[in-house]
Amino acid sequence: MSDNAKSPPLPTGTFAERAVSWSKKNLFDGWFNSILTIGAIAFLLWLIPPIIEWGIVNATLEPTIEGCKEVSGACWGFVNANLRLILFGTYPYDEQWRPLLAMIILMGIICGSLGAVKYPGLRKAIIPMWVIGVPIIAILMWGGVLGLTYVQNSYWGGLPLTLILSSIGVIFAFPFGLLLALGRQSHMPAIKTMSVVYIEVIRGVPLITVLFMASVMFPLFLPDGVTIDKLLRAQIGIILFTAAYLAEVFRGGLQAVPRGQFEAGDSLALSYWQSMRLIILPQALRLVIPPTVNSFISMFKDTTLVVIIGLFDFLGTVKLALRSDPAWTKYYVEGYAFAAAIFFLICFSMAKYSAYLEKELRKGERR
Amino acid sequence: MKIKTILAAGAMTVAAVAAQNAQAGAVLDGIKAKGFVQCGVNTGLPGFSAANAEGKWEGIDVDVCRAIAAAVLGDANSVQYTPLTAAQRFTALQSGEIDILSRNTTATTTRDAKLGLTFVGINYYDGQGFLIPKALGVKSATELDGATVCVEPGTTTELNLADYFRAKGMSFEPVVIENINEATAAFFSGRCDVYTTDASGLASIRTTMAENPDDYMILPEIISKEPLGPVVAQGDEQWSDVARWALTAMVEAEELGVTMENVDDMKANSTNPGIQRLLGVSPGMGEALGLDEEWAYRIIKNVGNYGESYEKNVTAKLGLERGLNALWTDGGLQYAWPVR
Repeated sequence: MSDNAKSPPLPTGTFAERAVSWSKKNLFDGWFNSILTIGAIAFLLWLIPPIIEWGIVNATLEPTIEGCKEVSGACWGFVNANLRLILFGTYPYDEQWRPLLAMIILMGIICGSLGAVKYPGLRKAIIPMWVIGVPIIAILMWGGVLGLTYVQNSYWGGLPLTLILSSIGVIFAFPFGLLLALGRQSHMPAIKTMSVVYIEVIRGVPLITVLFMASVMFPLFLPDGVTIDKLLRAQIGIILFTAAYLAEVFRGGLQAVPRGQFEAGDSLALSYWQSMRLIILPQALRLVIPPTVNSFISMFKDTTLVVIIGLFDFLGTVKLALRSDPAWTKYYVEGYAFAAAIFFLICFSMAKYSAYLEKELRKGERR
Repeated sequence: MKIKTILAAGAMTVAAVAAQNAQAGAVLDGIKAKGFVQCGVNTGLPGFSAANAEGKWEGIDVDVCRAIAAAVLGDANSVQYTPLTAAQRFTALQSGEIDILSRNTTATTTRDAKLGLTFVGINYYDGQGFLIPKALGVKSATELDGATVCVEPGTTTELNLADYFRAKGMSFEPVVIENINEATAAFFSGRCDVYTTDASGLASIRTTMAENPDDYMILPEIISKEPLGPVVAQGDEQWSDVARWALTAMVEAEELGVTMENVDDMKANSTNPGIQRLLGVSPGMGEALGLDEEWAYRIIKNVGNYGESYEKNVTAKLGLERGLNALWTDGGLQYAWPVR
């Protein structure tokens, strides 16, 4: 079907006429749709004004408790006064430029890697960017060299921690999940069984259990004096968990690739890995972009669970700020609304990027 | 059979960990070598341990760690904090991840005897109470028959509540809400008649969350004993002694009237033998603990005495009076073993 066939006849008449005809066609198309339209408008009129009144009209940005007590609306002053605590957690105050810089570098690398779809010139730079960038981020966060003071990672927190946990999670869970998916399809019984058992066991327990085991049980089984870092344990837990879900997503993609494609690879005398890399995976992975991004979004939000093992991700630092002074505690709605806005922004960007990626990669199929 | 074997193996590992800690002096030497005290604290309990707007840990529990660091290392800031949840706290201590746990932990028999822990003192005496709106017209907890009670799940609070009502032959309807913000919101919106938690928590909820604090009151009955104190792993006697006497020195200093302000003057001029012993003018105490003689002087100089720490954290943040935590001479329970 060509694009022309779909497009409506060119609009005619004045703007008002067009608006009337558009709404007749789209909003008041029959009695049922008219009721739905009116109902929806009434609902929005009921919902939106009080939110605007609370969040904007009657709100204050003044970063003091006294200022907040004077207004009837939202106390954004809570966020304003505690912004650095919310963003960076308990990271030493004078050193907070380090997580800020690390976060900017990380965002830069991520954007650079994602942008490679549009600018093919960036493709060669992806691996060097990560290979150079990650150690720089690690040095900035930990310090201990180059005159930077050492900062234990029990002090890391806030947005940098959330971004680090989720981006490292994606980077490692993706290949691991891919291997598991291939393992599950394998003809070798040992590998197949191991993959199936792993995937089913991990999928059968909640992430909170994995984190809890990693944080509470696991240290007891180590010899004395050997402690594996709490953050590392959580990170590994997240990777293992996400990989199991991704494996099932990828399996769906692999099964959707027609049998003939595998046979085509064989007939060209390609090895298993060659045919996977050149023929099967490019098709399989493209098919499963939406569920893959779905997994990433859910993992990104799941990182907030690390709060149960005493790590302060972005949501955790909001809670930390609420408790920094008991007088702030009652402004928790504002705190959580702020966190929700940031989470939404990031998740929505991911969803938008996935839609873009799908469109870009389907170019070959469109006429 | 198999499950039993696995459980036994787990228990043995725990025991082995506890046993391996049992090398006297190991913890203290370790701290001196690494240059800081690793201290487990609450993830956020105002007045006890909470991060301030600059992300620095503050509170009466935090001050215990600062005091120990001042005594052992000479600098109250030589502390690294590990925020811990209630479920993690003992594992962190048993596995050696932290040197001391100062996290509003109630001292009980099983914890002290079975978990391989040693409580080194009590830095806060708390107890569970009831918060009610005055409009309810109740003057005593014995009149609460049939009340709906807001409570957080999975805590000793919930068990104490059930015990108390059963013992009194009264009925109640629990409204169990996990999140403290939601629980208090439910209480102040009138979903339940009574809110119950530790008295310190009730006082802070009343002053900070209520629209008008005067409309609410805490009932006089305290239904449980919650002696909260710092804990170390069992087995290293020298380390538990240091921790115990660092805390004791803070209380002793208050008893003797030694404050952050006057400690230098006291050290130079006081003729009171008790003060001279505490501040190392007459030597012996530091040596006995494996520290230098100025250990207690540094605690008071850097952190202050117990009363100062209490004022700065608990009174200032939560608006709580000393109550049970006053010195024994003022009718409270804080009674320092003599430093001599």
